Amino acid sequence: MSTQRKAVSLISGGLDSMLATKVIMEQGVHVEGINFFTGFCVEGHTHAIRNRDRKKPKRNNALWVAEQLGIKLHIVDVIDEYKDVLLNPKHGYGQNLNPCLDCKGFMVRKAYEWIRANNFDFIITGEVMGQRPMSQRKDTMPVVQRESGAGDLLLRPLCAKHLPPTLPEREGWVKRESLYGFNGRSRKPQMALAQHYGFSDYATPAGGCCFLTDKAYSEKLVDMWQHRSTRVYELDDIMLLKVGRHLRPRPHFKMIISREEGEGKFLEGYRKQFLHIRPLSHKGPLVLIDGEVSDDDVHLAARVAARYSQGRDADVVEFEVISPDEHRETLKVAPLGQDEIAPEWHI
Amino acid sequence: MAYIDKELDARRLLCPLPVIRAQDAVALMQAGQRLRVFATDPGVKNDIPAWCRINGHKVESIAEQDDDIVITIEVDGLGTTKFSDR
Repeated sequence: MSTQRKAVSLISGGLDSMLATKVIMEQGVHVEGINFFTGFCVEGHTHAIRNRDRKKPKRNNALWVAEQLGIKLHIVDVIDEYKDVLLNPKHGYGQNLNPCLDCKGFMVRKAYEWIRANNFDFIITGEVMGQRPMSQRKDTMPVVQRESGAGDLLLRPLCAKHLPPTLPEREGWVKRESLYGFNGRSRKPQMALAQHYGFSDYATPAGGCCFLTDKAYSEKLVDMWQHRSTRVYELDDIMLLKVGRHLRPRPHFKMIISREEGEGKFLEGYRKQFLHIRPLSHKGPLVLIDGEVSDDDVHLAARVAARYSQGRDADVVEFEVISPDEHRETLKVAPLGQDEIAPEWHI
Repeated sequence: MAYIDKELDARRLLCPLPVIRAQDAVALMQAGQRLRVFATDPGVKNDIPAWCRINGHKVESIAEQDDDIVITIEVDGLGTTKFSDR
């Protein structure tokens, strides 16, 4: 009796990795999923923060896919290790700050380490040749194999027929003839295969799952680095870039202004790390102030914040100014007029 | 009231971090032990039960206390043989 082979599948929560996994499971291979959390994953965060989004049904797509497939899912925190991928990408960035090729190589390398530690035989990804401009091209696919160290233990079931046979194929662990030759950006073959397997509900095909592909997010990250004069970050930094309006009225400080109650509540969690202000005389946002500020800076910040409060048309809005050590003062300011908030202050 | 073997503070963390922290805590526990998770992201009400179902653990209860969501998990409570988690 032959040994049942074991594969780990990189599960993003999208359709392609779901299909790739199913294709290999159908061949009698034991498959478990692995999902890497970099801190930039779109999954869930903003939905969890904003009140208006709380009413929408929310699920973690990677967990959901694993449950549909009936496989285990290992979610791995790679936040710290991922910093080097983002800060020093050997292959550069895509349109924004997305280091897609380095990212794929990193994740496959982590999966390779995982299979060695857990006695699994090979790795599956849902990559489709020609689908992504950086990491899923015919010339870059071997780069991922080589730089991850996984070599021919990396099997891409959806486009395997365009690639040289991997070890699982050569050894007969999987039948090459039952794999696919998908190519290009069309989603039709995947949709047809989804229909074949009876998958009618799946995350938006080809949907972005990383904040680093987002132009506005990338600009906020660059702004943060520029004004700190160093390209470092912690998890809190990258979480805060996903929340609120970000305005920089003066080069040495930034305001993070909650847009609604849910964001205000989330920002409350940072009140011991930041000087913050909140209106007392009117309803309005909680505002974190990031940077070393003078009294004059705080006065300006309050005038800006007043513009986003219900006191925007009042002569005076009273604020409470609270330092991280809970020292409290009050401050009365006149709200800035709409035309006094320079467009370039918005990050 | 059932004995709680371990408590996990996952407050202020956004999903999937509470799931990851719970997964890491469970990996160090024995079958039949109970983990209590304190979280604030409402996403945990879906994500932790989903993670438990696919990994063979049982969610004994989900409760809300003030701003906290409190989830009690029985490790291996669904009797699934664990394959590689431990």
